[in-house]
Amino acid sequence: MSNTIIEFEHFSFTYRSQQEPTLRDVTLSIAAGEKVLIAGPSGSGKSTLAHCLNGLIPFVHKGTADGRLSIKGRDPRELSIAAVSGMVGTVLQDPDGQFVGLTVGEDIAFGLENRGVPLAEMNRRVTAAAAAVGIEELLGASPQELSGGQKQKTMLAGILALNTDILLFDEPLASLDPASGAQVIEWIDRIAQETGKTVILVEHRLEEVLHRPVDRIIVMEEGRIVADCPPAKLLASEVLTGARLREPLYLSALKYAGCTITEEMQPQHPDKLQLGEYQFARLREWQADRAGGLVYPVYQPLLELKEVTFSYGKRPMLQEVSLTAGKGEMLCIAGRNGAGKSTLSRLICGLYKPDSGRILLSGRDIGRDSVRERAQHIGYVMQNPNHMLSKHLLYDEIALGLRLRGFGEEEVREKVLKTLHICGLLPFREWPVSALSYGQKKRVTIASILVLEPEILILDEPTAGQDYGSYHEMMEFLLELQQRGITVIIITHDMHLMLEYAQRTVVLAGGRKLADGRPENVLADKGVMDSANLRETSLYSLARRAGFTEPAEFVRTFIHDDRRRRQ
Amino acid sequence: MRARMLTFTGQNSPVHRLTGAAKLIVFILWSVSAMITYDTRCLLAMLLLSLVVFRMSRVKFSDYAFVLYVILLFFMLNQIAIFVFSPLEGTRIYGSRHDLVHLVGRYTVTAEQLFYQLNVALKYAVVIPLAILFLLTTDPGEFAASLNRIGVNYKIAYAVSLALRYIPDIQRDYEQISFSAQARGIDLSRREKLPKRVKNMISILTPLILSSIERIERISAAMELRGFGAGRRRTWFRSRPFAFADWLAVGCVCAIAAASAVITFYDGSRFYSIF
Repeated sequence: MSNTIIEFEHFSFTYRSQQEPTLRDVTLSIAAGEKVLIAGPSGSGKSTLAHCLNGLIPFVHKGTADGRLSIKGRDPRELSIAAVSGMVGTVLQDPDGQFVGLTVGEDIAFGLENRGVPLAEMNRRVTAAAAAVGIEELLGASPQELSGGQKQKTMLAGILALNTDILLFDEPLASLDPASGAQVIEWIDRIAQETGKTVILVEHRLEEVLHRPVDRIIVMEEGRIVADCPPAKLLASEVLTGARLREPLYLSALKYAGCTITEEMQPQHPDKLQLGEYQFARLREWQADRAGGLVYPVYQPLLELKEVTFSYGKRPMLQEVSLTAGKGEMLCIAGRNGAGKSTLSRLICGLYKPDSGRILLSGRDIGRDSVRERAQHIGYVMQNPNHMLSKHLLYDEIALGLRLRGFGEEEVREKVLKTLHICGLLPFREWPVSALSYGQKKRVTIASILVLEPEILILDEPTAGQDYGSYHEMMEFLLELQQRGITVIIITHDMHLMLEYAQRTVVLAGGRKLADGRPENVLADKGVMDSANLRETSLYSLARRAGFTEPAEFVRTFIHDDRRRRQ
Repeated sequence: MRARMLTFTGQNSPVHRLTGAAKLIVFILWSVSAMITYDTRCLLAMLLLSLVVFRMSRVKFSDYAFVLYVILLFFMLNQIAIFVFSPLEGTRIYGSRHDLVHLVGRYTVTAEQLFYQLNVALKYAVVIPLAILFLLTTDPGEFAASLNRIGVNYKIAYAVSLALRYIPDIQRDYEQISFSAQARGIDLSRREKLPKRVKNMISILTPLILSSIERIERISAAMELRGFGAGRRRTWFRSRPFAFADWLAVGCVCAIAAASAVITFYDGSRFYSIF
């Protein structure tokens, strides 16, 4: 092809600190103006591939490369990272780490400043780029005032201002809620169409990215390309079954109902999907076979919040929130930024004291208990494990809470080993914490709380930024804890997590409780979803198309069948 | 949320309108002049002028109250320390001795000492209003551009801007880390004995430092990806060309610095004496 803009030929790469290559014999060409999704689980090499494109490899991350790579006819390894960044504009997954300006305007201008663009031209280009992603109103706003989606749009404007030919998005959805994620995907698509630039998205969330069409999907596994074809063809194939990627839910549902997915059905988008009476009949049959008979356990109330009101200074944070968590229940709390989710967990743990209202644990008012006293019953696990780990060795990290409580070394040992066993960390007990993977560190933080034998575990976004495989492992682990009788409260905006694992979802908006019920019922309410920045999952729209009057019932059937099949 | 201290106030006053670079130059020359001179006449004149400028800026007392109290506290400590360690400094400087009150031992209050400490106090009084003004009326975004303009390497200048950018994030990290630590039973309050408290403090600082290092790595990679550090020079989105008022301000401060230097050293000594 004459208009090839990126070309890998038998390309391999090994990081300096590693023995095994991370990319193996990759051959790939991307044409100018194409929109390509590179998908794969963590460790598949998709991020490494992206780093080869934007120059982080070899200029920041060192290693040895074999084979040929060319971007616009030039080998990036012979240029500088600055020269590569003139061809490839990158948006990274962590909006806080790359937002270096004090305001939106300054951040958009950052790349232009570094290239020495004169002030007048810079102003013009910054304004134009901000307008192109619809944030011209926010030019003077500081990053602390912005939502994740707005930060990600600022990044997008920053690379648009540079006018590079290739736009590279490295897991752009990782830290966004479902509604903001969909919006960012829409903006990327709009810009790709308006400018004709080459767009490369690196993501493992297939269904979310396919919210807007892509030309091609490249699936990576263990450093190799295992599929490279248009989305329709990929989804009709068996590739995803083997890869640790979640296929779009509406397709899973159809497959469970016994339908075959073909390329001609246009499976790449739930609205484009061609369905006929045959498929609808199969779906109804499947549903009818499994409907009813689902009994939900009733839980004894353990933690009760009664009309809790709290304000920080003059700002009201929570208003008359009442909430019950049952013994052994798994409960999700959702809501957009600033809805009061973290305030709620801090009130429960006793870091804040409510202005009015009561908090009861097993019927006893714990309003006067200190943080430390409550910690005997209620454990809190932060989102970022690195914020909790302070010891060098895993064993000491988990023993910390016990030692602080004055337990004897003998008893500490017994409890730590038991907890390590439950958490599947026993083989690592002599390891330094820093040698563990992100998912393992996360487990260590949970273990360090579990060892104190709390009745309630509050987790802040336990699956954020993890691929499907680690998500699944983490949630199965939490499910096990739940089955041991621990009440699990999860703050999340992962809708699938709620549907698949939780017995109840509570939605907060503007410091008030907006909804409280079975996840599949709560997530069927459009108004509630909008105010919590959630989105309707494709299962609901599929159910509606198939003519189900109770889509929630259909979703329940799906989750049930999905679980059964995976066991 | 937390006590606002020394954040940009963003009013529209003649002082706010000056460019950051002009304000920085004025502040530096002004401080140097005030440091050099012990001439009471110069100091009084400068004090008067700084109060006038302070008034012009229309900043509110509440914006700087906290910092002012802190400075006043150090000012008092400083004054006491001077007297404690060198009660006859004034006599030594001015070469005469007029005893006023004898306290104990070697501590005697002399007129010379009082005059000397008055001059020290005046130096504080001259510098503090302008220091507060500089911090309150300079947009942090403009600060780095200003430093670069007066000749500081842009990489160092940008570090200042980055610090301002990430301090709130690190504060938030700290809050979260200390929250989770407390929930694990790590007590930071006074109920714990001091050695244990220090040890507990360390178990909070470790994750804070480690996560900050991690953050730095991510930021520096992101900055390199956007071409930072490639060129020998860079432009600044927030820089503004010098306007008439800027030249005027810089001109005035140069004149004041020169005048004060001449008056101070005219008779060969930094110390103006009334004795």
